[in-house]
Amino acid sequence: MVLNRPPSWQSITGLARNPRQVFALSRDNVELWANLLIITFAVVFMLWKGATFAVTLGTVFAIWAMLSVSLNLVVGFTGLLSIGHIGFFGVGAYTVAILTSTTAYENLRTGAIPTFGCPFFAALPVAAIAAGLIALLVGMAFNRFRDDIYVLVSFGFAIISFNVFLNLRVITRGAFGIHDVARPQIGSWVFDTELELMLIALVLMVIVVGISWFIVTSSFGRVLTAIREDEQVAEVFGYHASHYKLAVWVISAMMAGVAGGMFSSWTTFIDPNSFILLESVLLVSIVILGGLATIWGSLLGALAFVLLEEGMRFLPFLPQEYVGQARQVVLGVLLVLLMVFRPQGLVGRYKL
Amino acid sequence: MNQPISGDSGYYILETVEISRYFGAVAAVDGLSISIPRQGVTSIVGPNGSGKSTLINLLSGTLPLNGGMVKIDGQGLTTIHAYETPDHSITRTFQEVRLFDQVSVLDNILVVLTTRKLWPSLFERTRREHRDKAQEILEKVGMWDKRSSLAMDLSYGQRKLLEIGRAMALNVNIYLLDEPFAGLFPQMLERVKDILKGMRDEGRTIIFVSHNMDIVREMADHLIVMDGGKLLLAGAVEEVLNQPEVISAYLGS
Repeated sequence: MVLNRPPSWQSITGLARNPRQVFALSRDNVELWANLLIITFAVVFMLWKGATFAVTLGTVFAIWAMLSVSLNLVVGFTGLLSIGHIGFFGVGAYTVAILTSTTAYENLRTGAIPTFGCPFFAALPVAAIAAGLIALLVGMAFNRFRDDIYVLVSFGFAIISFNVFLNLRVITRGAFGIHDVARPQIGSWVFDTELELMLIALVLMVIVVGISWFIVTSSFGRVLTAIREDEQVAEVFGYHASHYKLAVWVISAMMAGVAGGMFSSWTTFIDPNSFILLESVLLVSIVILGGLATIWGSLLGALAFVLLEEGMRFLPFLPQEYVGQARQVVLGVLLVLLMVFRPQGLVGRYKL
Repeated sequence: MNQPISGDSGYYILETVEISRYFGAVAAVDGLSISIPRQGVTSIVGPNGSGKSTLINLLSGTLPLNGGMVKIDGQGLTTIHAYETPDHSITRTFQEVRLFDQVSVLDNILVVLTTRKLWPSLFERTRREHRDKAQEILEKVGMWDKRSSLAMDLSYGQRKLLEIGRAMALNVNIYLLDEPFAGLFPQMLERVKDILKGMRDEGRTIIFVSHNMDIVREMADHLIVMDGGKLLLAGAVEEVLNQPEVISAYLGS
């Protein structure tokens, strides 16, 4: 089995000389087609629906992209299939919400819950650190597990984190949620238009992607893939596998925390329903759809997902109330088809 | 790792003192005490199930010891962690080839050459010297032109060679090779022999498991015969092979 590689320059320049090669090239290049299709669709869609829509799409894309790139570090590069990633997203979101919200909330048992009123840019690093610390504790417990058992324990983490958000009312305000999460602000400049928020989200995404790229192209990244392939052999060659797994787990969780912080500032209101297990499953689907062990794949997967999610609203034959369910069905069917015909995802470098 | 090949601080580089390993009630290695001379080639032979592979697994930290002690270069150890074995100047290959499958041939070698320190490794990129060393190794095993294919796409013989190359990339004193000659066609066999002879001539200690008595006679200086997890005989190859016990117990008629 040969995993597909991107088309080389020779093959592209060769096309100019021999146009008939287009057929040969395109037939074998699922990756090229996937890229072209999704990007063209995104551009056309945005031109059709206009700037306002494109801006919202951009923000949603940036948040999903941060999540899927960070999860790919764990799932694609290290081979730990985690479906608990949404928990760290939630920790980041709640940290920013709690630190920045000024809305008073009375709990029947505990009375008034204190508010802090931190600025967004002070709360965001705290969100990353909070997610990282929780990941450190959880990761130390998870490190002994592998493969299918890992799926189960991370599943457990997703369930537990949702229930903590729902029931730890003293901190999270439970099902009531947290209102008035602060918008990013520098001095007196408040980033509260959709365009400004999209730019902040995209900048954060670029930072996350940059750090991820730095990690996977380093020696550390190569050790991660070795651990994914054969943990015991990696140990024989002197790498303490559990340390590496813990390190990448914490880094990945911190990125998810940043994504969560951005999310809660963008929506200005969060409640536990944003952090249910289903979101985590969608996230894993995005990572697998785009392709494991490539950063570009995760970006592509996030883009495809956002287009699917938003695009289905405009299908004339689909009543609005079924859009949510229909999108899950479509994504589910897509995943099944992928697993049968293309287990490495659209542009993947690794098969589960 | 990367220690210079040390001089003669004792005749034996690797000794085991009464080491044991049980699988349930079965003793795969049962109070085994062996000594392996510094430098040269030592072969371990014995019938199937005599504990040869288990011995290699114990010495390389792949399996934990149930009892006894291993002395590496005079340093006694009762537990060996796999990730510490390069520090003890030990590495190994596996009976069933275990490569990093969905990774390129070049990366299979490079991963062995880069730093073992976690935080520095985040900031280390592949350097010229890493690539040169990897090229040297891959040329030695004849796989430089295969460097960008995935390890999983190689043939069995190539995989076997790559695994030996990967072990060579780790510049250590003691190589534990579990059946390095099994399943190779003659041309490949000669290549592996040449590689091992080259390593021996550099003054490294090679310990290999084999079932092929012709290769053992040709390659090995010392021989250890195991049976039922215990030591049957040990000594210079010709001496041991001429013992009547060996001839009757292992080699048959």
